[in-house]
Amino acid sequence: MKRLDNRKADEIRPITIKVGVVKQADGSAMVTMGKTTAIAAVYGPRTRYPKWLQESDKAVLRTYYTMVPFSTDERVRPGPSRRSQEISKVTRLALEPAIFLEEFPRATICVFIDVMEADAGTRTAGINAASMALGDAGVPMRDLVAAVAAGKIGDEYVLDLEGKEEEVTKCDMPVACMPRTNKITLLQMDGNLPPEDVKKVMNLALKGCKIIYEKQKEALREKWKIE
Amino acid sequence: MLIQKQYIVNLASKGERIDGRGSNDYRKIVIEKNPIRKAEGSARVKIGDTEVIAGVKMSVGQPFPDKPDEGVLIVGAEFSPLASPDFETGPPGEDAIELARVVDRGIRESEAIDMKKLCIEEGEKVWIINVDIQILNHAGNLIDASALAAIQALLCTKIPEYDGERVNYEKKGTQKLPINFRPVAVTITKIGENFFIDPSLEEEEVMGTKFVITSRDDGNICALQKSGSEALSVEEIEKALDIAIKKGNDLRGLLS
Repeated sequence: MKRLDNRKADEIRPITIKVGVVKQADGSAMVTMGKTTAIAAVYGPRTRYPKWLQESDKAVLRTYYTMVPFSTDERVRPGPSRRSQEISKVTRLALEPAIFLEEFPRATICVFIDVMEADAGTRTAGINAASMALGDAGVPMRDLVAAVAAGKIGDEYVLDLEGKEEEVTKCDMPVACMPRTNKITLLQMDGNLPPEDVKKVMNLALKGCKIIYEKQKEALREKWKIE
Repeated sequence: MLIQKQYIVNLASKGERIDGRGSNDYRKIVIEKNPIRKAEGSARVKIGDTEVIAGVKMSVGQPFPDKPDEGVLIVGAEFSPLASPDFETGPPGEDAIELARVVDRGIRESEAIDMKKLCIEEGEKVWIINVDIQILNHAGNLIDASALAAIQALLCTKIPEYDGERVNYEKKGTQKLPINFRPVAVTITKIGENFFIDPSLEEEEVMGTKFVITSRDDGNICALQKSGSEALSVEEIEKALDIAIKKGNDLRGLLS
């Protein structure tokens, strides 16, 4: 099968990762996957105010996913939408297992994700960027989190759907994992498939995460290399 | 409270539960059809002490430009502060939004309703189906109860009469909604190393993670949502899918 951009079925879109793109932030990263671009910035760990919102035994992770108004064909209205609030939640749950939050009681770690250009896979690009930004900030982590979506078009299982593909896929399944232990931290799906096919799509997405993981490590090493 | 939490975790490690249920048992489920006379269709679902009502209201409006010949489905959820000491007033929070969107995806992606049959005049007028979920008591596992109430309410719905100008809400309609599939959600929680379906509120408070699987009559899966923080392995997810499909069939048996 040939895809719109001549990719193979199990090939991810061209990915570029840059860390340290927001100088003011404690950590930041920009991830571009095909025509989707997300920037993430991390502030913290820092003391959480007001005090009654603090947790005595761990840091509170807060995530904010936003699509900027000019990121899609039709302008996105600024401010939180139902979609963005749900994605903020699943992004938080995708990152939480990777962070040693228990090392920072009473603190908060804020992760802000802005999607600058959207062509499908914005939550996964956002999670990739966020995990890199956390790494860049030096937040202690069990592993990086890598994320990508997979689907099924016709009889073919396809990795990292682009916008046009997302319109015709039988299912859209964003997956995030900690690749070192292969533990899944984000799993969503909408579509309509028998369970055997769901398992195949999931395993394809996990394969994609491994590819992205290598790129993430490369980018972090690039930033910290000694001349 | 801390002692009780530890007690639940200890029991869970042996595959046991605080209320004596087996790990794959639901609490007692009671479904009441059409408790709300003003709604076009409604259903009250109780799972143990958890209680929700789903109501369907229908109106005529404009279709979405990209689907000019299809009806519109809108699912909302309200966590009323009367239902739990943890619910606050104000606009829907993260959990209410997630619940509504998971139920919405289940109905939409399973192609439960034949939306093309709800077109009145292409590009101009279609039926708009509002499914609103109201939580009456939160004792755990709101998503399964809400998804069940939503599909039962849709099954009970009678399309009101429309004369081309206004909808006659006074008289009950005669025509049912064109429903092809019945999606139901099954929530699986992981406590320690074991899986438990239908978590109670106490179990939700100690769980590591939960995972919601929506399936339809033919066994196809139409929505997934990992909705807790702990990570899961591939084997665990595959096991959860198998449990959820079996249990989904049981839940569908309760619909009428």
